[in-house]
Amino acid sequence: MELSPFYQELFTSLNRGVVMSVALIVPSAIGGVIIGILAGVIRTFGGRFVRAVGDGYAAVFRGTPLVVQLFVIYFGLPNLGIYLSPYVAAVTGFMLCSGAYQSEYVRGALLSIKSGQYLGAQALGFTTFQTIFWIVVPQAVRRAIHGCGNEIIYLIKYSSLAFIVTCIELTGEGKTIATEYFRFTEVFMVIGVYYLLLVTIAMMILKRIEKTLYVPGFGRS
Amino acid sequence: MSTGKGNPILRASNITKTFGNNTILHGVSVELAKGEIKILIGSSGGGKSTLLQCINCLVVPDSGEIEVDGMVIDITKKKDLYRLRQQVGMIFQDFNLFDHLTAIDNITIALRKVKKISREQATQRARQELEQVGLGDKQHLYPAQLSGGQKQRVAIARALAMDPKILLLDEPTSALDPTLVGEVISVIKRLAAKGMTMIMATHQMSLISTLADEILFMENGRIVEQGTPSVLLAKGNKSRTRGFCDSLNDLVGEEG
Ligand SMILES: Nc1ncnc2c1ncn2[C@@H]1O[C@H](COP(=O)(O)OP(=O)(O)O)[C@@H](O)[C@H]1O
Ligand SMILES: [Mg+2]
Repeated sequence: MELSPFYQELFTSLNRGVVMSVALIVPSAIGGVIIGILAGVIRTFGGRFVRAVGDGYAAVFRGTPLVVQLFVIYFGLPNLGIYLSPYVAAVTGFMLCSGAYQSEYVRGALLSIKSGQYLGAQALGFTTFQTIFWIVVPQAVRRAIHGCGNEIIYLIKYSSLAFIVTCIELTGEGKTIATEYFRFTEVFMVIGVYYLLLVTIAMMILKRIEKTLYVPGFGRS
Repeated sequence: MSTGKGNPILRASNITKTFGNNTILHGVSVELAKGEIKILIGSSGGGKSTLLQCINCLVVPDSGEIEVDGMVIDITKKKDLYRLRQQVGMIFQDFNLFDHLTAIDNITIALRKVKKISREQATQRARQELEQVGLGDKQHLYPAQLSGGQKQRVAIARALAMDPKILLLDEPTSALDPTLVGEVISVIKRLAAKGMTMIMATHQMSLISTLADEILFMENGRIVEQGTPSVLLAKGNKSRTRGFCDSLNDLVGEEG
């Protein structure tokens, strides 16, 4: 059975788009988690100045729409002599936005670690940095993991905003075909299925990570 | 050099600590010779935990001097505090094991990160210490999988693996079910028999009467009475300590 030209073109485009989507999502998710942990630690344990910087970062990136952030990064930064390709601009925006949300989950988890864990470490001669790095963060990550996973699922869906900076991924490719053939409903339903698949795969990976990090006494078995 | 009491391994002098405008310690002094065991008693809120935590500067004293094995600690220097804590082990009422690490890793992490010992050597040492407290077969269990008594024994093994010169114990059996107290007491008694230098806050009569070289009775941030158990607990002695211990005995009597 041959697919009609419309479907042939649609799947070719969407497959190209989904590759771009994955190329946007994976580094943004990883970068977001790393920034989130760093910002979360700084916002929880930092001195007054760095804490203010961390809080400011989170307030700005959680408080403004992602569309605006992407616009500023792609169209605004050139005014300062910083030129980013559409792809780099999109990944930068996603990472910073995701990191701001991740830092909130990480911070909550860090604050939930009981003082006994600090005392136990300090009494053995751990420095403050060692206590945070070896004892507090590893526990907090396990407590934050559900929230962080949830944020990654959101990221998969808001990655479609890359079209703002002319980076054409899954949604962008689909929209082009839909406009060309004027068949919006079908195209967007197929796009929906693609996202559903992406999210399903992401959830499987997250579950695997959760299992690897599982320790009795943290969350459910 | 003379041996014994002339040459204290720990000297804490005139320790004061105030939280807000609530003075918890009013210039408390404690000295400890090598191998000596002093036991802190007194009702809750008297400042026992605060005193113990001041000795290893988990709570930094407002004033006072701390000297361990001839080294005077500058409490304003972080380096000094880290060094002090490596030499002074501490056992807490609620264990404070690292929840994300197995019994053996609770011990190796301190050896590796603080003492910078290689992983193999740390593992070997940790295994030895766990066997000493009778937990050789529980190495790979997490704190959530251990009973209270087992957790406290891991905590003791963890402290001992650091080769402390002194051990501070803050009500080590108070958070345990009565049925689990015995296993921890016997580990502590074995330590004492090996000559470990200790200061222990406890209300466990069997520890007080058998281990104490000296009893320190604390009230409102002061040591109000001190002496050997044989004197303070002697029949007919009207000491506060005796009264307090009698009330402990009464409690045990009622429970048993
Ligand atoms: N971090 C703190 N902040 C304020 N008050 C404290 C703090 N730690 C202890 N205290 C107070 O110090 C007093 C002595 O407490 P503590 O040393 O725990 O006594 P004990 O161990 O003899 O029961 C208590 O009244 C307690 O409320
Ligand atoms: Mg106490």
